[in-house]
Amino acid sequence: MVGAALALAGLFVSLYLWLWKIGLLGVLACGDGGCETVQLSSYASLFGIPVAFFGVVGYAAMLAVALAGLHGGAAARAWPTTALLALSGAGVAFTAYLTYLEAAIIHAWCRWCVVSGCIVTLIFAAALVGFRRRSWLAVSREP
Amino acid sequence: MAAQRKLTGFYTGLVVIAVIGAGALWLARRSGQGTGPQVVDPAPAGAPGSFEGYVQGSDSAPVTIIEYADFECPACMQFAVLTGPDIKRRLVETGRVRWIFRDFPIEGHRNSMPAHLAAACADEQGRFWEMHDQLFFNHRRWVLESRPERRIRDLARAIGLDEKRFNECLSSARYRDRILATRQIGVERGVSSTPTFEVNNLRVTGSLGFDSLRALVDRLAPPPQ
Repeated sequence: MVGAALALAGLFVSLYLWLWKIGLLGVLACGDGGCETVQLSSYASLFGIPVAFFGVVGYAAMLAVALAGLHGGAAARAWPTTALLALSGAGVAFTAYLTYLEAAIIHAWCRWCVVSGCIVTLIFAAALVGFRRRSWLAVSREP
Repeated sequence: MAAQRKLTGFYTGLVVIAVIGAGALWLARRSGQGTGPQVVDPAPAGAPGSFEGYVQGSDSAPVTIIEYADFECPACMQFAVLTGPDIKRRLVETGRVRWIFRDFPIEGHRNSMPAHLAAACADEQGRFWEMHDQLFFNHRRWVLESRPERRIRDLARAIGLDEKRFNECLSSARYRDRILATRQIGVERGVSSTPTFEVNNLRVTGSLGFDSLRALVDRLAPPPQ
């Protein structure tokens, strides 16, 4: 449940950055202009696609998987837990790379990107807790 | 039964998050069109000998627009690239608007000052607006550089400035105090973000589209029928 709620919040953060990137929002609420500096840098696109759009897709996938994990029996919930762990793990790794770019290359901080980084890290932590609990339950049920 | 109730509560929470998120995006889209005009005192002529800003357009134009901008600011770049050419062709060159650009380098933008100095040095050779366009249209080439001067000199070369004079001017930083004084005028007039525009006595902020600015100009001085 925590993972789904966080994924939905992250989805809106990345939607906000993506809509600005494609010109549907005029000004980013960012305070010191750091978001715009980062979003207008050459690192804000990957293979010609805005990085924020990868966030939209990633959070949507995490939300779908987290919701799938809320239904069905214990066996049916196993794969969503694993999938959420894998997706959020990839998100944390990608966020770490983007944070390195902000700190070392671009020299500007996008506050909304930092918020997104915190969200995906929390999803990963929640997924890890769920995964370990499920593993522990599986072991304790063995005869 | 308890699990079902828990799920219902959870989905209600998700809907609340969705409504808040969608509402925030809607508000951002509305405010992103630029703020509504705010009435301010018309800009004073300034003390004799003080720097008014970089001017283009007719002195007899019915509307004066003062732009406070920072060369490193992405929203200023967006405005200059997307809206600037239309403003120049359809409002300035037709004699409806007198346009004044005022330096407003934002503290913390480490490449702003070299860019504003470069524009002032280009002005020494009568090429401010060419350098203004070069800086904004080639934003990515210099804005992330740790030493932007080399890239800026390339831009000066591209518009045919006397390189020796330009380099000497840039190195001396002799316009630094004037740039900071111009910025201070903006601060005292309540400018807190860039770009900010004073359209006669109306102040608007944000990277406005051409239609928004033209509507303000039409309101202050209806176009000839």
